[in-house]
Amino acid sequence: MIGLALIVRRELKLAFRGGTDAVIAVVFFVLAAVLFPFGVGTDPQMLPRIGGGIIWVVALLAAMLSLERMFASDHEDGSLDLLYLSPVPLGTLALGKALAHWLTTGILLLIAAPVLALLYNLPGTAIGALAASMLLGTPVLSLVGGIGAALTLGARRGGVLLALLILPLYIPVLIFGAGAIDGAVAGRPIGPQLMVLGGFLLAALALAPWATAAALRQAIE
Amino acid sequence: MQGLTTHDLACIRGERAVFAGLNIAVNPGRALLLSGANGSGKSSLLRVLAGLLPAAEGRIEWEGTDIAEDPDAHRARVAYVGHMDPLKLSMTATENLAFWARLYGMEPETEAALHQFSIAALGDVPARYLSAGQKRRLNLARLAIGQNSPAGPSLWLLDEPATGLDPGAVSMLANSILAHLSSEGVAIVSTHGGRLDELLDGHADRFSISAGAP
Amino acid sequence: MFHRFANPARFSRIASAVLPWSAAITVILFAAGIWFALFASPADYQQGQTVRIMYVHVPSAWMAMACYTFIAVMSVIALVWKHPLADIAAKAAAPLGAAFTIIVLVTGSLWGKPTWGTWWVWDARLTSVLVLFFLYLGHIALTHAFDNPQRGARAAAVLALVGFVNIPIIKFSVDWWNTLHQPASLTRLDTPAIDSSMLTPLLLMAFAFMLYFVTMLLVRMRADLNAARTRALRLSAAERATAS
Repeated sequence: MIGLALIVRRELKLAFRGGTDAVIAVVFFVLAAVLFPFGVGTDPQMLPRIGGGIIWVVALLAAMLSLERMFASDHEDGSLDLLYLSPVPLGTLALGKALAHWLTTGILLLIAAPVLALLYNLPGTAIGALAASMLLGTPVLSLVGGIGAALTLGARRGGVLLALLILPLYIPVLIFGAGAIDGAVAGRPIGPQLMVLGGFLLAALALAPWATAAALRQAIE
Repeated sequence: MQGLTTHDLACIRGERAVFAGLNIAVNPGRALLLSGANGSGKSSLLRVLAGLLPAAEGRIEWEGTDIAEDPDAHRARVAYVGHMDPLKLSMTATENLAFWARLYGMEPETEAALHQFSIAALGDVPARYLSAGQKRRLNLARLAIGQNSPAGPSLWLLDEPATGLDPGAVSMLANSILAHLSSEGVAIVSTHGGRLDELLDGHADRFSISAGAP
Repeated sequence: MFHRFANPARFSRIASAVLPWSAAITVILFAAGIWFALFASPADYQQGQTVRIMYVHVPSAWMAMACYTFIAVMSVIALVWKHPLADIAAKAAAPLGAAFTIIVLVTGSLWGKPTWGTWWVWDARLTSVLVLFFLYLGHIALTHAFDNPQRGARAAAVLALVGFVNIPIIKFSVDWWNTLHQPASLTRLDTPAIDSSMLTPLLLMAFAFMLYFVTMLLVRMRADLNAARTRALRLSAAERATAS
């Protein structure tokens, strides 16, 4: 637990001082979502129907932007070796990194999402569904994304490769996240979708740090 | 009383056998100076000894016990200094050092450690503004942290630690290593000769890694 | 010196002994399977002649999943026991699996147009097979993304295990969701849901695909081992040149 707190605190400190990464992710999120009405038209009847899906797709892409650097700087400057040699297990490191990624990216997306919901004319109930689905879904993006970030450490063209590896794994979150919002727009209960997202989150919490640790182990060798 | 011994140790990187059939023995209170040409496997050997790389063949023993039996205990006794300085540029010297100290469960008494390498005045300076030599000193100050704590690491694995250091700093490093040896510690240091070797003379054995390979 | 070739040498001998046989049986099975599929089996009373697409579609779907399972098993062996041949087997199998998956998607699309009236529907079975295809692509890309081939192989192994969650989803998607896609046609061999006149070509084609996979796997693994040996020899020659 102390190890986890140390790692999260360090990551937040680094993100706060060094990085515009998190801010860029959120700006990208808003900008990309704003582009869609120009492409598909601004019909106020249609926008609420496609809004939930678009916001979720753009959130996936935005979360992915800052993933590549999750372990990269520690890999480049040799910190990863010392992190591995420390008494703190790699799984804890992976969990801490994912948590920090969520705190610097996922939360910002969560805050920006209701604004986009207004731009897409989503009804009030759908905004609640959007917030709830993102609260459950975005941590999954950070946890699963950590696996991809660890796998592509030191790879050629790491960024594109990361997208290829991770986006297919994001599809279930997208289906149920967007499904919850669509359900709310159509006036259906959204409990089942949120339960599934919660299940994904629990599964990701249990398995992703373990897989990330295995990937990091390979990167250190 | 044995410190560290290896038996027929072999290492494969990618598809290349870096070294094989390596037998070394270092007693407590002694240092081993590794020499060898570029690519002869000094760095790989240190990484294998630290447990960062798996050995392709052979085994490593600490005080007669195979380290594979308890990898956690082995990691706890290792202090590893690699080629790179694992420093975060936006954090100050003190913050960098304190993070590693806490992560390794040691008291973050950074003041004394920085003083040992004469960079106490730079404690509040972000690592970004340190010169290459100062960064190296800050990296080496981790050793001092371990030295000053009760259950510090007993096996130092240093990969060309004197790179980028001025003669004064090399003496400080040598003094740290000698103090470590005098408390029955073991140090394995890869070098390309030079001042550090002279300062450790009399406390160190030499091993040329190319001569050890078949 | 190069210990990883110690047992690969034995593998190469076995592969060379097996290959002519497996290749010959593959050809015979394909010939028999195609003859039964095109001429010696009846048209479906509902679907007409288009049902014959099944004899390619279903076996390649089985192989697409079997191949991924094979890669996952090899990945466990590579990660846990660090067996060098497991890495090579997984690397050799991935493009074959990707090819099977492409065949499933294309034949499924061709079959869907006349029977469902559309090339593609976004149902669970089709979507999860599409994801499988992307997983194969990711696996192949990751294998080749590193300067150190072993690093690529091990990273791909971790990915293969993570992606394995998709396999049960594909398998049971037809049962879990009500979709356009028909449920499994062959659940038990003793009371199959299809007539024996269609079962014969289906099984023949399935075995043909399976042996084709084995044959190609052995060919690709042997080629990979030879390439690795060439690289190793070049490297040691270069080292001797530097040393002298």
